[in-house]
Amino acid sequence: MHPAPSVILFTTLSGLGFGLLAFLGLGYPAVTGGVAFVFYVIAYALAVGGLLASTFHLGHPERALKAFSQWRSSWLSREGLCAVAALLTMGLFALGAIFLDQHWRILGLLGAGLSLATVFTTSMIYTQLKTIPRWNMLLTPVMFLSFSVAGGALLAGQERLSIWFLLAASAVQLAYWVKGDQAFAASGTTMETATGLAGGGSVRAFEPPHTGSNYLLREFVHVVGRKHAMKLRVLALGFGFILPVLFMVLPVDSSLIKHLMAAFAVLSHLIGIAVSRWLFFAQAEHVVGLYYGRR
Amino acid sequence: MTELPTTTAKKMGLVIDLDTCVGCHACVISCKGWNTENYGAPLSDQDAYGAAPSGTFLNRVHSFEVQPKASPAQPDPAAQLIHFPKSCLHCEEAPCVTVCPTGASYKRVEDGIVLVNESDCIGCGLCAWSCPYGARELDLAEGVMKKCTLCVDRIYNENLPEVDRVPSCVRTCPAGARHFGDLGDPDSDVSQLVAERGGMDLMPEMGTKPVNKYLPPRPKDKLEEQIDILAPLLAPVTEEPGGFLGWLDKALDRLPGQSSSQSSGGSN
Repeated sequence: MHPAPSVILFTTLSGLGFGLLAFLGLGYPAVTGGVAFVFYVIAYALAVGGLLASTFHLGHPERALKAFSQWRSSWLSREGLCAVAALLTMGLFALGAIFLDQHWRILGLLGAGLSLATVFTTSMIYTQLKTIPRWNMLLTPVMFLSFSVAGGALLAGQERLSIWFLLAASAVQLAYWVKGDQAFAASGTTMETATGLAGGGSVRAFEPPHTGSNYLLREFVHVVGRKHAMKLRVLALGFGFILPVLFMVLPVDSSLIKHLMAAFAVLSHLIGIAVSRWLFFAQAEHVVGLYYGRR
Repeated sequence: MTELPTTTAKKMGLVIDLDTCVGCHACVISCKGWNTENYGAPLSDQDAYGAAPSGTFLNRVHSFEVQPKASPAQPDPAAQLIHFPKSCLHCEEAPCVTVCPTGASYKRVEDGIVLVNESDCIGCGLCAWSCPYGARELDLAEGVMKKCTLCVDRIYNENLPEVDRVPSCVRTCPAGARHFGDLGDPDSDVSQLVAERGGMDLMPEMGTKPVNKYLPPRPKDKLEEQIDILAPLLAPVTEEPGGFLGWLDKALDRLPGQSSSQSSGGSN
């Protein structure tokens, strides 16, 4: 799959933003006033910024409102609704925390639930696609949610919690790679089932339908990013999880350095997740490539 | 509404005969010709006369080489070249319809044709992602999803002569490799053809239940038999010359010495 920067940016940033909103809704940390204001500005900048970035790849962004209508069948539509519901609910909760020094517990719990539901619906957009075996796995939503929770804990300043969540997320990441590498073969879709031509023999793509490229090849048969897959996996794991954990466990006394370390951890985590998300797209192989003898 | 209808009154679709398709791409051209100036937005090209031309097509013809397995009867079978036209299969369980967030993609209850309402399409591309067959292409000029309409503006068009009320690709195919009809009716010509020739689904494991069927290629004739077709033409017209030539032939045969064997139709 073509790793569109807008979609990578969207899933990385909004996942982190909604993760932070979930923690804020649960009351970790139970901040009020100016501190709460800073937390909510960061969370909304990430979540809304991500959502806006996702509209850049649309052919007709001006019609985006229509995308809220098909929640009964479409995960993309459900994601839109969940995101708006989460942002509105948490917005109200934030107003209480910032200006009224209040924590409306039920509203916070609801907002946290909706925030995580948004991340889940995002992941289901990819998980539902049988055409991309690497995404069509139970581990895909687990991965999205674990990243969001780990990043959220990191941003929410939950030092202890974030270390455990980061370690758990890195385990999910490794499992996703191991399972994902076998997914295409396990799907049972081959050139033989695609063309129905085997008859006991073998099929080879002889000539493509066109001399140039086309939308399908540009969108679905992206092989450039896979060349350095192994190195990128190491980078994703290092920046996304190992470095942040190291930054968090380093024994430091001064609160300034502690904050600096936390900032480094967040930045490093963000880079790692973006690299992982790049691989999520670049390594995903669409079955339509079989008709071209490529994947 | 992007929920799929539970049943459709008809299942209009194509039957594509991989045995007769000669790979001329006439269906591709006629499809582009009809659909660029009729239903919906035109099918644009990018850099059409430049170094890297590409464009939107609703129908494309692949070519595959099939190497049959060796058998005692055919220890060294020749490879077969199969031309493989591919367009929307108008699936009964069309994943492209249910993923659409705006309701632009829909499957018609009356005839099962899958269409895109282009004024509702936001061009997110998710339907193309969900299609295993590569039947949908986002038009880069228009920013909306394009797909085969089964020439919905031809098949019911009473302004056209009756013979033309079939999809453009079917009307054009010079080999008669494309057939159009109601695959939901077991007595229709297309359904009979599918039953007779063992019509198949593409990627059945995807669970899309395609309406369009493909007729598998028949096994090819053997090479020796093909050459024998010419043998009668090359054989001498009269096996035994009569009259004076016959007497001369026999007389010469009786003379001692090697005479070359009688020329025959065999060729080397």
